[in-house]
Amino acid sequence: MSTATQTSLALEMPSDTYLNSSYGVKSWFLTGDHKRIAVMYIVSISLMFLLGGVFATLVRLELLTPAGDLFQSDTYNKLFTMHGVVMIFGFLVPSIPVTIGNFLIPIMVGARDLAFPKINLASWYIYIIGMIFMLAAIISGGVDTGWTFYTPLSTQYLTTHVMFTAIGILIAGFSSIFTGLNFIVTVHRMRAPGMTWFRLPLFVWSNYAASIIMVLGTPVLAITLILVALERGLHIGIFNPALGGDPVLFQHMFWFYSHPAVYIMILPGFGVISEIIPCFARKRIFGYSAIAFSSIAIAVFGFLVWAHHMFIAGISTYSALIFSFVTFLVAIPSAIKVFNWTATLYKGSIHFDTPMLYALAFIGLFTIGGLTGLFLGAIGVDMHVTATYFVVAHFHYVMVGGMLVAYLAGMHFWWPKMTGRMYPEAPAKLSALIVFIGFNLTFFPQFILGYMGMPRRYHSYPPEFQVLNVLSTAGASVLAVGLLMPMFYMLWSLKYGEIAGNNPYRATGLEWQTTSPPPTHNFHETPIVTQEAYDYESQTEEVEVVG
Amino acid sequence: MLPQYFPLFPESASTMSTRVDALYFFILGITIFFTMLVALLILVFATKYRKEKHPVPVQIHGSIPLEIFWTLVPLGIAMVIFAWGAVLFFQEMHPPKSAMDIYGVGKQWMWKFQHPGGQREINNLHVPVGKAVRMTLISQDVLHSFYVPAFRAQMDVIPGRYTTVWFEATKPGTYHLFCNQYCGTKHSGMVGEVTAMSPDDYQEWLRGAGAFGSLATEGQKVFASMGCPTCHTGADNARGPNLYNLYGRMVRTEDNRTALADEGYIRESILNPSAKIVYGYQNIMPTFQGQLNEDEMIQIIEYVKSLTYNGQLLQLQTNTQQEPPVNLNKIQQGIDVTKPGTNQNPVPRTSAVPVQEEAVPATPSTPPGKQNAPKQPRGAAPQAKPNGSQVEQR
Repeated sequence: MSTATQTSLALEMPSDTYLNSSYGVKSWFLTGDHKRIAVMYIVSISLMFLLGGVFATLVRLELLTPAGDLFQSDTYNKLFTMHGVVMIFGFLVPSIPVTIGNFLIPIMVGARDLAFPKINLASWYIYIIGMIFMLAAIISGGVDTGWTFYTPLSTQYLTTHVMFTAIGILIAGFSSIFTGLNFIVTVHRMRAPGMTWFRLPLFVWSNYAASIIMVLGTPVLAITLILVALERGLHIGIFNPALGGDPVLFQHMFWFYSHPAVYIMILPGFGVISEIIPCFARKRIFGYSAIAFSSIAIAVFGFLVWAHHMFIAGISTYSALIFSFVTFLVAIPSAIKVFNWTATLYKGSIHFDTPMLYALAFIGLFTIGGLTGLFLGAIGVDMHVTATYFVVAHFHYVMVGGMLVAYLAGMHFWWPKMTGRMYPEAPAKLSALIVFIGFNLTFFPQFILGYMGMPRRYHSYPPEFQVLNVLSTAGASVLAVGLLMPMFYMLWSLKYGEIAGNNPYRATGLEWQTTSPPPTHNFHETPIVTQEAYDYESQTEEVEVVG
Repeated sequence: MLPQYFPLFPESASTMSTRVDALYFFILGITIFFTMLVALLILVFATKYRKEKHPVPVQIHGSIPLEIFWTLVPLGIAMVIFAWGAVLFFQEMHPPKSAMDIYGVGKQWMWKFQHPGGQREINNLHVPVGKAVRMTLISQDVLHSFYVPAFRAQMDVIPGRYTTVWFEATKPGTYHLFCNQYCGTKHSGMVGEVTAMSPDDYQEWLRGAGAFGSLATEGQKVFASMGCPTCHTGADNARGPNLYNLYGRMVRTEDNRTALADEGYIRESILNPSAKIVYGYQNIMPTFQGQLNEDEMIQIIEYVKSLTYNGQLLQLQTNTQQEPPVNLNKIQQGIDVTKPGTNQNPVPRTSAVPVQEEAVPATPSTPPGKQNAPKQPRGAAPQAKPNGSQVEQR
């Protein structure tokens, strides 16, 4: 069958890959192959990302003018709610783990598949069912709770499709739990001979840390949503003071998941960057164990800072102090990572391929995103800027400037491994540049807006905020162009891209020692690991040794 | 000229705003420094060590001293910011003692404010310059947030419980008031204006604002109409605790704990009376859940706060009750009039601990004694203290 494949230059597509081992709808929808499941996830979350992007575009269009003139208030409220819900639960939470992680973690540890292939497939189906509920809510009229579902607004006052959305998120949550469980067991039990913990690529470490959060945190979200459903459906008083409940309790339970969820989203991004920087600096990563342990520290401390979303929500002064203190502690591991990545560049031999451009953009944008968290952690300042556009800007710097940019970096980096073909370099570099410019233009003005006091989730706003809002909307359109470009040239490359070969970047890591795309069982022979990760010194001689 | 059309920084109009801005600029400096540092390092390394110029990389494992260095330095800076932010937060949470009270009720989608003199306004708030104002806030429905950017003051407004925030305006002007907690359809319409005025202008505004009566006198009417004086007679043998001088004091409860009698306590005692039973009293008070709106609740609270001498309650009681008149003077002196011949041992029964000696009209200048009446274990025999202070047992 491989003879039918296009050949070009000296390189040939391998004859036996996960893509051509079997054909037909059934061979995909009933597959146990982590790589096929990863591809199905890539398609699914890309669609959700597009949908969330459409909502974002409409929100930014409305905010061009101070008056709420493009949509009705209710429509606007639904747009920002659905933007948040779709982006967070449909894209950001699954994103890197279920796509790049699903594809690579078994290969990186030298295994034939994840520990539980059927659970892995089930997680995709569960995700799809969750998204169907979410889409049903959107199509039947939408939901306007805000992605935070604060009570008693969500349980008593709104008449939109809160239940459908909550059920969708609840179901999608189990897909996270399954993925996390699978990763943890795989990393513990399926490592190839010689693959000790400290020879694991940092991408595996960071996904492992994220998996711990998924498994421990997501059940709390499920419980919270069930309680919301009980109160909304059966009027059992849990959060609504009119029924004897406590609205602040909801916030505690919600943020107990949703703050760690931020680290579910960003930790795998850290892992991607930790792979790319050494590869394109041609040298081993600086401070391997510091980066590995800082991921674990983030996963642990991340569970102890949730109430920093609630400094003015009626919690006691002293608990606010403790949460502020731990918040500053959790900032340190992120700082350590940034310094180590930067130090890795020192005395390297730096190549500026597209993944590296994205990775360097990530460091800069994540640094700003992280540092602006200091304003919000300092309770005295937080009392002024909380719930303003400052917060919006802050978390978009982390989630878009950080996580999305890392996702794009990773997708470019491993695209040849997944498809066997290279992305086109020139448009890819251009798109990286456009994303960087568009992103900053969109979200930097929002910091200023926030400190000036513009509240988030406002349909209309005082006229003095208009200039900055226009800048932000202009930036959003540039950003949209930058984000749409990869969708086209990546699809184009599936057919016309240059054939990549096993290791186009001369990178270390077991995934580069098998074919591109890999065979169904990843390796023809079980690899035996004798080197640490990022052994770029000996990399050149050892390309074809294993696999 | 530019800032008028294109402002980049909010107006600073309260005593706290300059302090918040100071910390803001400090963190901004840190942020700019580290962003520039990282960006500069990346640019320098990227230029100096690009593959054309530096084809052979030097393999470096890492450096423990460097790791320690860039762990401890950010940690130190973070702790400075934490401490500064915490100090600021304490100032923001603790209004000066001299602060005046204004009450705010949030509802979908408007703000209702009540001044102690009974003046009411909607989506507008008038405050004097140079005087600390303590806002006591509550929501009638969902979560809201009271936010005045020019004062750097913000606090969530929660249904079912009071939150407070304070500010002292420093310059006259009109400032934005935003609801900053998403509250449904017209969230962005739940905005208003805070007008800071010179004290004289404020007094004039108060006179012109047309109040029917102060919150306390309105509260007295509500108090009477709800039948509260039936039990809260102020008399020693009453079924309900005496409310005289209650506000701001520590109350001892039946399960031997203490609670501060603040706005939240008074509210809870009315809506959920069995939550904290005053020591020595029985759990007989019915709930008033659903019978009072938030405005009336605030009026009752202002009334209770105004009860600074015992006679007020008794006068109200004699006006509304048909019970035989009691010996006012004796009760004011804390003498148990129900037990003839026991006059030598004055037993004032207020709900507050430590029990006050001076049951006679209290001078507001003498704060409640801080001598902490000894807590007696439940069931201990009543004991008369030499100074006349006694904790009543049942």
